[in-house]
Amino acid sequence: MRIKMLAALAFLILRLAGPAFLILPAAPAWAVQPDELLADPKLEQRARNISGELRCLVCQNQSIDDSEASLAKDLRVLVREHLKAGESDPEIKSFLVARYGDFILLKPPFKLDTLLLWLSPFAVLALGSAAVLTLSRQRRTEKAAAPLSEAESAKLKQLLAETDPTTKA
Amino acid sequence: MIVEIGHYALVLALALALMQTILPFWGARAHDAQLMGLARPLATTQFLFVALSYAALTYAHVVSDFSLANVVENSHSAKPMIYKISGVWGNHEGSMMLWALILTLCGAAMAYFSRAIPARLLADAVSVQGLLSVSFLLFILLTSNPFARLSPAPLEGADLNPILQDPGLAIHPPLLYLGYVGFSITFSFAAAALIGGRIDAAFARYIRPWTLAAWCFLTLGIAMGSYWAYYTLGWGGFWFWDPVENASLLPWLAGTALLHSAAVMEKREALKIWTIFLAILAFSMSLLGTFLVRSGVLTSVHAFASDPQRGMFILGILVLFIGGSLFLFMLRAPALSQGGLFAPVSREGALVVNNLLLTAACAAVFVGTLYPLALEAWNGGKISVGAPFFNLTFGPLFAPLIILMPLGQLLAWKRGDLLGAAQRLFFAAGCGAGGMLVFAALHGAPVVSVIGAGAAVYLIVGSFVEVFGRIFPAGLRAPQHALARARGLPLSSWGSAFAHAGLGVTLLGLAASGWGVEKIVSMKAGEAYDVGPYQLQVVEMTSQQGPNYKEATAHMTIKRNGSIIANIEPSKRFFFTRRMATSQAGIETLNFGQIYVSIAEQNADGSLDARLYWKPLVALIWLGALVMAFGGGLSLSDRRLRVGFARRAVKASSGKASAATSNAS
Repeated sequence: MRIKMLAALAFLILRLAGPAFLILPAAPAWAVQPDELLADPKLEQRARNISGELRCLVCQNQSIDDSEASLAKDLRVLVREHLKAGESDPEIKSFLVARYGDFILLKPPFKLDTLLLWLSPFAVLALGSAAVLTLSRQRRTEKAAAPLSEAESAKLKQLLAETDPTTKA
Repeated sequence: MIVEIGHYALVLALALALMQTILPFWGARAHDAQLMGLARPLATTQFLFVALSYAALTYAHVVSDFSLANVVENSHSAKPMIYKISGVWGNHEGSMMLWALILTLCGAAMAYFSRAIPARLLADAVSVQGLLSVSFLLFILLTSNPFARLSPAPLEGADLNPILQDPGLAIHPPLLYLGYVGFSITFSFAAAALIGGRIDAAFARYIRPWTLAAWCFLTLGIAMGSYWAYYTLGWGGFWFWDPVENASLLPWLAGTALLHSAAVMEKREALKIWTIFLAILAFSMSLLGTFLVRSGVLTSVHAFASDPQRGMFILGILVLFIGGSLFLFMLRAPALSQGGLFAPVSREGALVVNNLLLTAACAAVFVGTLYPLALEAWNGGKISVGAPFFNLTFGPLFAPLIILMPLGQLLAWKRGDLLGAAQRLFFAAGCGAGGMLVFAALHGAPVVSVIGAGAAVYLIVGSFVEVFGRIFPAGLRAPQHALARARGLPLSSWGSAFAHAGLGVTLLGLAASGWGVEKIVSMKAGEAYDVGPYQLQVVEMTSQQGPNYKEATAHMTIKRNGSIIANIEPSKRFFFTRRMATSQAGIETLNFGQIYVSIAEQNADGSLDARLYWKPLVALIWLGALVMAFGGGLSLSDRRLRVGFARRAVKASSGKASAATSNAS
């Protein structure tokens, strides 16, 4: 997808400026551009953090913060507008989810559909640990055989006495 | 003509692969030493034929033979020679050829260097390797033939994707494939051992060098890919949790777990079933990675092909080998006896914990990579799984390993002394705490970076505590013979110390990324911009002509306290044939940190939109990987752990002994 965006960018450059592409008047698509930045550094940092968790919808596995797509730029600007309007981070995210669905979140929400996703790594650890514990316990009980009862040791003595000619009772 | 010879050689190789699959296997069943003995010449000749075929394809690329569809689609007569050669694997067909070349190389290597391995086990293993060759050669010949001709031949080619026209292309894929495909040897041995049904500690010794070599190559390949992404993609990211990257991380995690469980199997004959399972898992993950990348099921930079026919074919290979080996595993595993006993607190116990954590981390990456695909197939739901997910799952599962690694090394086999081991780590822990204080004073927030850097220092120092204890058994005050002892230590001990420390070095680089500085600015000529401890200034913009591109370069200076210490030249390249632009970041390494600049086009008023970064200690991320691979290499060169070494040594000494007795009589 990045390749496609670059191709689109190259096409745009050619269309607008011909061979002298260096002196291009219009700003080309490019991840976070200087003119997008908010004046307030705190607000800007929040914008960056939010952007890092939002997927560029037309890209393969890229956040809008990293993407060169024009849609990503629109979303970055949108996030910043909402921030300037004084909205909280969760408010902005839920606004975008209402508009684009869970697909836009790089951190999938914890719900029925994603239960297996979030739990399985830890389930593997838990099940593995349980298996190791039971196995090692089993083996320990196997190893430690029960001591002989009095009757058994008496019988053993008797048997040894019978078979071994060197022991005289 | 040369192209036809190459094509024909590939078909011959397929025929040889078929023979390699059937004859040694049959020989092992019929106890026919001659048939089993065919394994070696068949594997070697097969490799030679694939190499010939590969050379023919390379020749076609080098001379720009545009009657070949593969050359037309991916080459251009003006392309620099290095990319004509490395561009052979810069496309789907060629990269499958590289895969097959390395697969047959592995087959030949295992057949050739395994003289000490029991004949039946080797015959079965070479057969399995032959079956792998059959599958992949068929895949190439039936769905991805690089030798397909075009008529009439066009006069010029479409050029290679500009993103791939980078020295990284010459290094990254071969290293990665040597790692990926290297695990096929371990897999074949595991499958052969399951077929034969006899699995003992010697098995771990047979697979050890192959696993280690594959692991080293994979480590280097992943690191190289990461650095390539870092300097080309233009914003200094080095790991994106992209499905394609995850596909290479999965076999790495499984392979790392395998290395450690095989150590237990070799020393104590325990964890046999588990080791076999990991040997299957590591290569299964490689196959899965190939499927993900080659089938086009994920469309990303790396996926050149999207053709369902290919996808189904690879899926078939995947099912055959993973399903087949797991089926064998199910049949045989219950009959395997369990080996040596050990207390929970022991070297073995620590390695079991290591395996649990690595497997769980592997599961996190696996699920995160495949879940979106599975969910969409299941109910059409579309979700994204990105970096935040992996940081929250992979992170906590991997982090305990960092604390446990030096501890595990200090525990004795069978029954260890946890308190004693912890006491010996007192110094390392002190260094870690000291490191935290120093980093906190130097850089301050974020807290995660301070903790991570401290943990990294602890890991680096802690990794060497074990060898240190063996070199100075009586402490530093009695340093007699320390040098001799250091030399006498097994290289494998040094190897694991370096490999563990390498991870610490990487971790330090990762932690330091929190202290980075980023500036997104419109730079005006002559004006200086503060980036971390340095100042950056644009001197001039120039444009020049490359072989198949035009390049615009910004010449900048890096100053510290007013004096110029380096020049940096980020540029943008525009490739004519594909009408695409790539960005070449300007990078200057200063004390393991890097100044990183990428530029956009110049604005109308002459200012230049640029991203300026100061990334402290960032080079350590990749240097750490080099150290890890160096450790693996050290361990690999430990002659004591080679198969057959002990036997040869015994023979030599008994020969001397008998000579001595005959002299005496």
